[in-house]
Amino acid sequence: MRNVDLVIIGGGPAGMCAAVSAYNAGAKDILVIERDSDLGGILRQCIHNGFGLHRFKEELTGPEYAYKCETELKKFPIDVWCNTIVTDISKDKIVTAMSSERGVEKIQAKAIILAMGCRERPRGALNIPGTRPAGIFSAGTAQKYVNMMGYMPGKNVVILGSGDIGLIMARRMTLEGAKVHAVCEVMPYSGGLARNIEQCLNDFDIPLYLSHTVTDIHGSDRIEAVTVSQVDEKMQPIKGTEMYIECDTLLLSVGLIPENELSKSAGLTLDSITRGCRVDQNRQTEIEGVFACGNVLHVHDLADFVSEEGEVAGESAAKYILGKANTEKCNINVSTDGKVRYSVPQKITDTTVDIKLYYRVSGVFDNVMVVAEADGEIIAKQKKAKVVPGEMQYIVIKKDTLKKDTKELKIRIDKA
Amino acid sequence: MNRELTCIVCPMGCRLTVELNGKEVVSVSGNTCKRGEDYARSECTNPVRVITTTVRTKSGKILPVKTDKPVPKELMTECMRLINNLCPDCDGEIAMGKIICENILNTGANIIAAGK
Amino acid sequence: MYDAVVIGAGVVGGLIARKLTSCSQKVCIADKASDIAMGATKANSAIVHAGFDAKAGSLKAKLNKLGSDMMEKVCSELGVKYIRNGSLVLGYNDEDKKSLEAILENGKLNGIEGLKLIDAKELHDLEPNVSDDAIWALHAPTGAIVCPYELCEAAIGNAMDNGAQLELGFEVCEITNDESGYTIVAKDGRKLQAKIVINAAGAYSDEMAKLVGDNSFDVHPRKGEYILLDKEYGFVTKHTLFTVPTKMGKGILVSPTVDGNLILGPTAVDFDEKENKQTTREGINSVITESRRMVKNAPSNMAITSFCGLRSVGSTGDFIINSPQKGFINVAGIESPGLSASPAIAEYIAEMLKNDGFTLKPKADFNPVREATHKFSSLSDEEKNEIIKNDPSFGKIICRCENVTEGEILRAIRTNPKATTLDGVKRRTRAQMGRCQGGFCSPYITELLAKELGITMEEVTKSGKGSFILAGKTKGDLKDA
Repeated sequence: MRNVDLVIIGGGPAGMCAAVSAYNAGAKDILVIERDSDLGGILRQCIHNGFGLHRFKEELTGPEYAYKCETELKKFPIDVWCNTIVTDISKDKIVTAMSSERGVEKIQAKAIILAMGCRERPRGALNIPGTRPAGIFSAGTAQKYVNMMGYMPGKNVVILGSGDIGLIMARRMTLEGAKVHAVCEVMPYSGGLARNIEQCLNDFDIPLYLSHTVTDIHGSDRIEAVTVSQVDEKMQPIKGTEMYIECDTLLLSVGLIPENELSKSAGLTLDSITRGCRVDQNRQTEIEGVFACGNVLHVHDLADFVSEEGEVAGESAAKYILGKANTEKCNINVSTDGKVRYSVPQKITDTTVDIKLYYRVSGVFDNVMVVAEADGEIIAKQKKAKVVPGEMQYIVIKKDTLKKDTKELKIRIDKA
Repeated sequence: MNRELTCIVCPMGCRLTVELNGKEVVSVSGNTCKRGEDYARSECTNPVRVITTTVRTKSGKILPVKTDKPVPKELMTECMRLINNLCPDCDGEIAMGKIICENILNTGANIIAAGK
Repeated sequence: MYDAVVIGAGVVGGLIARKLTSCSQKVCIADKASDIAMGATKANSAIVHAGFDAKAGSLKAKLNKLGSDMMEKVCSELGVKYIRNGSLVLGYNDEDKKSLEAILENGKLNGIEGLKLIDAKELHDLEPNVSDDAIWALHAPTGAIVCPYELCEAAIGNAMDNGAQLELGFEVCEITNDESGYTIVAKDGRKLQAKIVINAAGAYSDEMAKLVGDNSFDVHPRKGEYILLDKEYGFVTKHTLFTVPTKMGKGILVSPTVDGNLILGPTAVDFDEKENKQTTREGINSVITESRRMVKNAPSNMAITSFCGLRSVGSTGDFIINSPQKGFINVAGIESPGLSASPAIAEYIAEMLKNDGFTLKPKADFNPVREATHKFSSLSDEEKNEIIKNDPSFGKIICRCENVTEGEILRAIRTNPKATTLDGVKRRTRAQMGRCQGGFCSPYITELLAKELGITMEEVTKSGKGSFILAGKTKGDLKDA
């Protein structure tokens, strides 16, 4: 069995940035395992711009952002195995990897960083009634066909779900000559960024139907049309609001799910809301020496934040390997009030560092005060003109504002 | 006259209010940074966009490309038509950043490779 | 001239064809669809029923019991996954208890072994996730599960490996006969000649019978909607759970599948259209409501897909297996327990043919064994490495949800019965059948199909004829849907 200090699973922005930061923090024996033929992860197919404003202070396309991360990584002697899939991780950190080149190989790691990213929710998860013809794609699958393989799934398109990938694909398909007839969103607000509604839909006069969903699919061989209906507050279709829209393609952009099959194989339990592991501020999971970062931990909207989280995990993993991890620990549970849907980290084990606490809200709220309360005492506040579920937020908990014996840190939303 | 805009410069997506006197921008509010104001002024006088798309290289590879600066919005379709006919010979090298087409439609913007 | 032509490449037709291949020289299987297993076989409950509920004395009862007894051996020869997980019929009140006692008596008449009425405690010891409202159950330890299209594929593949022919897209429109035998004509002009014709055309078997002048029965489709849950919920029950049957069928069941998912369904709605496979909001909702009555942990939001199957319900209430004229055999109305009975139906047909004066002699070189196609992921590391060394394509996983390698997909495209579509690959390998439903792997599989079949990407289909995946290349003109 091969021994490696740090195995990083996934060569997207989280994995690459974790590798570099771990190296810089002193871990020298690092292996990044990537299933695809090249580093970059999903960024390789995200050819639109808007990446890197925080991190590189310029507007980059996905492949440009990935290339910058890769260039940085290649400055260091970090091993990368592409075309290799990890099929199992054990509790005692044995990683099983398989490739055509090396066959099946077991690797004993001192530390592991999970950076496998996420996948799209399929049609089945929505239980959309109707036939099951060809022409129904998740938006990301369509993106791969168009941007990486050079094929068009169709030319008359309806998009269900207003997540960013759906909005981006509305513009992309339009630029390539397709007609996008409608984007339908079951919620009363969009799941995507406001700028994407502006530049991907409004620029091309593509209608966005909020509180609408696809209630029937027509066509036996290839999709021929969809029925779109308005929904009430309980998400139930309202009779009489049906619109019949002819199309040859239905794209689904109905949410992303962290890809945690391997985490489960290691025996890690998942947070029922984020559907990622539960971690502390170092992005360490319930198993010491196993860390998680990026979309496998919780779905981000910006690659910049994914990179940042990769760096936190990378540095922490290096400290763990070198035996420099803080051992004087506390155990503070982070809870949320429901309006704040979740926070990451879910647990704080060190009060002597500044902690950037990421959170997402469950609805659209105007003029609010986001409050962090430690055992009843307010320790941080943040005024927000508007918070929406589509945009991840963060609040900084300054070092030494939490006490070692603090039991609970609660993040909640008050009226401003 | 006031015009409401959503800023597309960064992911914050600020709601901008532009006070207009005819075509002239009198003031911009709602922005959180200077770039927001610049965007609002440009959007009301000469709206521009960066185009990101792909080209098919000589060997048939799909290469991501973009305009290296924003081009007038009304020229997007025409630009796409030209870009779709490009067939650069840049196989077997890392093309990132390479100029594929100079000064497209006299906009001053080049089409550059935005992928490997 | 074939010895026999089997019309219908479902699990019943497939097992009959395999049986006939073992005891005659030339067999052909013809089906109007673009692939095998496209009718009731591809969408049903996937249960090998113990055989307690078919009415004693009926053909259904007889063949169910025989089929259930044979299934394990057939599956083992064909390399098909088979799990004898046992069945439980749940009762919620005293009236249900009476019904269960009646079923128990009927089951005893059918010769079913091990049947037992159990109380709430025994039931919840066996299945802790069963609803507390269930206070009685009939336990049938011989109930089992199998994947119907896997069995069908293996049976037809095995028949083909032993010399049988497969004609797909063969839509029969005319059947004539003279002294030399039958001539079967397809819409596209293809012709098959045979001494024996087996009509196993499922929903269309009444129409086939009418082509030879037999108007004695009708078949109508009964629609059943199902929901398949993520493997994460395969643990909910080990047994197949039923409720007390009604005249429309066995009711909604909750069962694990051989691949570790949980299946809920079916509804039962009679329909006139033989191709109506639309799922409906009402249907899906009723499956969710009914299954929640049965088990505590069946979260419908963990569905990975929902689908609709059509059962071929015959007008007589029993299986319709007869010979309206010499050499032509109807195998119609094979609704539940059709899958369970299928190996026995094949034997039964062979007997009928012998009795009708046809000579069937076991073929000396017939090989009943087919190598399992699903086993790669269950091999040891050393065994995998041995295979990868010889064929590196087995080292490359294409479908990450179900761990299906490129090697397995290529094998499905290259070996009998060859997959030619995305759905064909899916049913043979399980690639695209996992929780992402092909989101990641379908582009790779499309590429593999195009390359292997020597066609363009635009010519690859999901399931034949107009079901293309791509409209054209970017940067160019797009074709119409």
